[in-house]
Amino acid sequence: MTDQQRTGSSDDVIGHGDERKAGHASGEALLEVLGSADQHNASASDPIVQVRAPLSWRAELRRQWGRRRTLWAFGLLLALPLILVASFAFGDRNGNPNRANPSSRIFDLAQSGAANFSLVLVFLASELLLILLAALFCGDAVPSEASWSSLRYLLIAPVRRARLLTSKLIIGVASTLFATFLLPVWGLIVGGIAYGWDPLTNPLGDNLSWSQFLPRLALAMAYIFVTLLPIAAIAFWLGVRSDAPLGAVGGAVLVSIVFNILDQLDALEPYRHAFPGHYGRSWQDALAVSPDYSGMLHGSLWALVWTAAFTMLAYRRFRRVDILS
Amino acid sequence: MARSFVVVGLAATALVAPTMLASAPSSASVATPAVSHAAASHAAVSHATNSPVASRPDAVTLRPQADLPTPVAARLPVRAEPDGTRVSLDISFYGQPDGARHPLVLLAHGFGGTKDSVAGQAAELQQRGYVVATWSARGQGNSGGRIHLDDPNYEVNDAEVLVDLAAKRPDVELDGPGDPRFGVMGGSYGGALGLMLAGVDPRVDAVVSAITWNDLAQAFFPQSALAAPPKTAAGRDPIDVAGPFKQVWASTFFLSARGAGGGAGAGTGASIAPPPGATAPGATTAPARAATTTTTAATTAASCGRFDRALCRLFLKASDSGVASPELLTLLRAHSPKPSLSRVKAPTLLIQGIADSLFGLDQADATAAALDADGTPYAVRWSDGGHDAPSTHEAEETEASYAWLDHYVRDKAPRDSALPTAKFTFPIAATRAGQPSTLHALPAYPGLSGTTLQTQGVGFTQRQGGLVHPPGGLPASIIAVPGLAALGISLSTYQLAALPGQSTAFDTEPLTQARTVVGSPTMTMTITSDTPDVTLFGSVWRVTGSSITLANPLVAPLRLKVTPGQPTPVTLSLPGATYDLPSGSRLRVLLTSTESTFSNTREPGQIAVRAGGTLTLPVSQVDGAAAGTSGAPLVDTEVVLAASALGALLLLALGGFLVRRRLRRLLPSRPDLADIPLVVEGLVKTYSDGHRAVDDVSWRAEKGQVVGLLGPNGAGKTTTMRMVMGLISSDAGSVHVLGEPVSAGSAVLARVGALIEGPGFLPHLTGRANLEAYWAATGRAPEEAHFDEALDVAALGGAVDRPMKSYSHGMKQRLGIAQAMLGLPELLILDEPTNGLDPPQIAAMRPILRRYAETGRTVVVSSHMLAEVEMTCTHVVVMHAGRVVTQGLVADLVDSDDTTILDLPEDADAALVRDGVHALERHDGIHEVRVDTGSRLVVVGELSRVAVVQAAVAAGLPVVGVSSRRHLEEVFLGVISSASAIPGGEPDDENHSLVERLRQVRAR
Repeated sequence: MTDQQRTGSSDDVIGHGDERKAGHASGEALLEVLGSADQHNASASDPIVQVRAPLSWRAELRRQWGRRRTLWAFGLLLALPLILVASFAFGDRNGNPNRANPSSRIFDLAQSGAANFSLVLVFLASELLLILLAALFCGDAVPSEASWSSLRYLLIAPVRRARLLTSKLIIGVASTLFATFLLPVWGLIVGGIAYGWDPLTNPLGDNLSWSQFLPRLALAMAYIFVTLLPIAAIAFWLGVRSDAPLGAVGGAVLVSIVFNILDQLDALEPYRHAFPGHYGRSWQDALAVSPDYSGMLHGSLWALVWTAAFTMLAYRRFRRVDILS
Repeated sequence: MARSFVVVGLAATALVAPTMLASAPSSASVATPAVSHAAASHAAVSHATNSPVASRPDAVTLRPQADLPTPVAARLPVRAEPDGTRVSLDISFYGQPDGARHPLVLLAHGFGGTKDSVAGQAAELQQRGYVVATWSARGQGNSGGRIHLDDPNYEVNDAEVLVDLAAKRPDVELDGPGDPRFGVMGGSYGGALGLMLAGVDPRVDAVVSAITWNDLAQAFFPQSALAAPPKTAAGRDPIDVAGPFKQVWASTFFLSARGAGGGAGAGTGASIAPPPGATAPGATTAPARAATTTTTAATTAASCGRFDRALCRLFLKASDSGVASPELLTLLRAHSPKPSLSRVKAPTLLIQGIADSLFGLDQADATAAALDADGTPYAVRWSDGGHDAPSTHEAEETEASYAWLDHYVRDKAPRDSALPTAKFTFPIAATRAGQPSTLHALPAYPGLSGTTLQTQGVGFTQRQGGLVHPPGGLPASIIAVPGLAALGISLSTYQLAALPGQSTAFDTEPLTQARTVVGSPTMTMTITSDTPDVTLFGSVWRVTGSSITLANPLVAPLRLKVTPGQPTPVTLSLPGATYDLPSGSRLRVLLTSTESTFSNTREPGQIAVRAGGTLTLPVSQVDGAAAGTSGAPLVDTEVVLAASALGALLLLALGGFLVRRRLRRLLPSRPDLADIPLVVEGLVKTYSDGHRAVDDVSWRAEKGQVVGLLGPNGAGKTTTMRMVMGLISSDAGSVHVLGEPVSAGSAVLARVGALIEGPGFLPHLTGRANLEAYWAATGRAPEEAHFDEALDVAALGGAVDRPMKSYSHGMKQRLGIAQAMLGLPELLILDEPTNGLDPPQIAAMRPILRRYAETGRTVVVSSHMLAEVEMTCTHVVVMHAGRVVTQGLVADLVDSDDTTILDLPEDADAALVRDGVHALERHDGIHEVRVDTGSRLVVVGELSRVAVVQAAVAAGLPVVGVSSRRHLEEVFLGVISSASAIPGGEPDDENHSLVERLRQVRAR
């Protein structure tokens, strides 16, 4: 590049002028290549082959990773334990532990060690933060491309529509998975440093040793991840339908809130079992001394049903939609 | 207060009853009777309604009714009351119409119920092939007489009379003359009646007795201080001192016998209120007689309702003093199965509730021990229900009862045959509230059938304790709140139970290994008191972390006669229950001096307690496989439903995928077009709002051509390009690139580079990274891309490594063109490429495109910069209003034989020009002379160009230049106006065209 040595933040017109002075017309190099490429191209008309994996997972990951929203999301996730530690320290100074409230017992125990701290973190984050992240990672992937106008360029690259969705979905889900497991691991590390490496003093039952607690925690996180999938799928579907990135995220969170409200109604009794979120807290069963897996089994199955349904709707919609963005 | 708890408890459990999707109907049938009945009879009779084998009135409506006769009601005269009042019972027979003889079941109801409370169960048994006899017990429902609490001389004798009557029925099977083949079944009040009937009447062939008493004295004056260590799981061999009075339950009994006011009497006639017509003599005389006696007797009569006077007086006295009189104890012991159990020979199924603060597990334990001693076949089934809560396995318990009857009554199995059910079945509560418990079975009742009771000792961490008994007996600890467990309340009530000063607690060491407790734990202790009469209430709590929960919401009362100041050793049997204790768990024994459901003495006292070394737990080996029925199987209806929904969805997805793949293969390629980069044929696109944006558009771009796609805004250029790239689907027509059909994501699009409606880049990446990201998305090798050369086209300089956000419009546009050129595609499609470029950049782009095409590739450019197209393109396609108006070589379009353009000097005299033009117009062979600008004339005619020039000069025009070319702009405007021209006036046309164009702009 002849203009590499140029410094400063001059705009393109000046840059162009420089080029002119250098006696180099832009595009010359391309035409030279064209000329040379001509020989091998003109004779043989290459067979048209389907590239096996356009928009590979790695390519999609690179597209998503550097984004500000991704960085913010993970930044928030990593900051949360630190904020908690700071808040607890603040509370201690004031010396006002509100022990009358039974739910505050969980928070009292948060400072008893890494395991408890991590558990409190999961407790807090699983209610909203993780849902929000799942909706963001999966709901934002397609409409953000649409809003940058880059969606059409991906499609004519060409990337098959189903392939595009698959890559987007897999990276979105993988990001969600990563966030789901990053949270307790980071919580363990922060909690361990701040409060020591004591095993779990269980607010939900009997105490668990590290060797009992870690697999249970992994199971609980896996279950939480599965229960996030319906929200992710709904966000994904909304994202395919709309070009507004935040519309998809907000819509999915709204759907989860509506289901939460409906879930409160006893009148819907047997049917509400199927709602996404009905078994949202069943992960706590995994931490009981004798874990009961039936709630988690039900929750997982229903979550997968919703996930499959909305994912299919998304594919169906995207397959036939006219890309006008 | 406790009574209202019962009501609430029942209603609440009905709501939270475990209802899974498919089992909804059956669970409704479980829950509804509990509620409706409790509401109807004011819930004081909860012990009747909660019975595992109790009534299910609406079960009849749930089953398809076979052609069985409806029950026939009758009156049965029975033994007169002690005062001579004649009594007749209200009975019903559920007959069998087929002429054959059938076994009989006597179905007894609970206290406060009537024969109607068991109607549902009676109908079920009738359908099973039994003749069923139901009756309202003496003093209850429409039967006459007074309540004697299962007096052998009255209630039990009544049942014998009923059996005599049944033996005369033609549809009842007989073992001998006057000896029907029959079983007796009932819960609570009816359960004891069955046991007592079997004790006096050898004709009984089987007994099912649920949640009932063994010794009524022990039930109302429970004593948990043991004379000897227990040999059985819930064994309680009390010392010979009556325990404290179970005041709340006694009051509940009395209130239900009074009919609980008008509410119940009016609604159901189930309990008491004004005696009905049939019993009028007895009922009217009794109050009359009572009224003639003393005022105290009158009070007694009013309080006693339909209770037998003698019994009632004793109870009221006990309520007043809180102490049992010897007469009352004697009477209660007589009204119990215990004395006659040695004469019971009929196989007996005992069902007893863990959640039962009225008749505890120790009652069934004592009955079972007595039956075992005599070799009578029996089975014990513990339920997680009872008088305090409904069972979570009511269906199984009912089924076990029917199986018992089928086996011993209908099938006449010999007494030494194998039992139809496990000898001992017990539940273990689920870890979560609202879930059914898991059931486990053992081949023998622990401590009976020759087995010995397994125990596990756990040491106490501290031994010393002390507590006071408050003066007046208040405040009272609240531990055994009947119905609280049924609410599923898991919060700790420890603060209500362990009143400071009035309680003392002994914690155990953590368990070294996991255990399952089945039965009553026991502990020894030494009590020193400053009063001769000591009462303590023991309860067992689980300590997990900072939470303390009741193992079972029951108390074990202990009453001792001691010498003040003298230590007295005693063994306390704590409340029986079943629970899992994981290793590391701790138990706490709480001793309180008062309990709210008992009558507490008013005298203050101070008590010192020294606990023995260990808490002895009756334990059992429980492995999951032991249970025939697991409480919460992993695969239930909900799992099946969800899994099948999931399976159906996945199948649908798979099917759709296969079908689509098949369809995709069917798109034909066109080998004849293989050499033509782009062929568009008959494209039609109508948007959903009805606007036809593209209407039958056909054109092609050959190799080496630079094709310009021209048209005003809204002509359909962009729509056509989007269809060419497969971004939108066409309604008709086809697009072929190199002979391959184009649809969404076709592989052949790899040979096409495009810039459509402006560039699209990721704002967070640099220009170079954007191109790399795009190329990575194509999945092709990086060396095919020629990044550097493409970036050279963009001429971004150092900005190429800055994030996209900082780029100007023109820079993005140039990068977009560069992106389209990545990989040197054979077909380059650029939509408005000059947008945002300055004139030098446009000029620089021009040769690039032309030379790009010269290499044998093809460029399609859409634009409305006509001069630009004219200079760049070799071919042009003009579109207007969705149609192709004209197409061809640019040279052909602008060249024209019949048109000559004459240039005049700028300063030409206007008058001279005007005259010249008029002269030219009159010249032969010239059709039209148009003054384009002041210095430019367009002459149209069939004359040769030479003749035209000569004519012009002859006309005096100062011609300085002659040319043959029109500008493309003129051609363009000409075709556009002729295409949109409508026959009619010129101004109209102009207006119309304006409107038309506005419409098109709006539409796209």
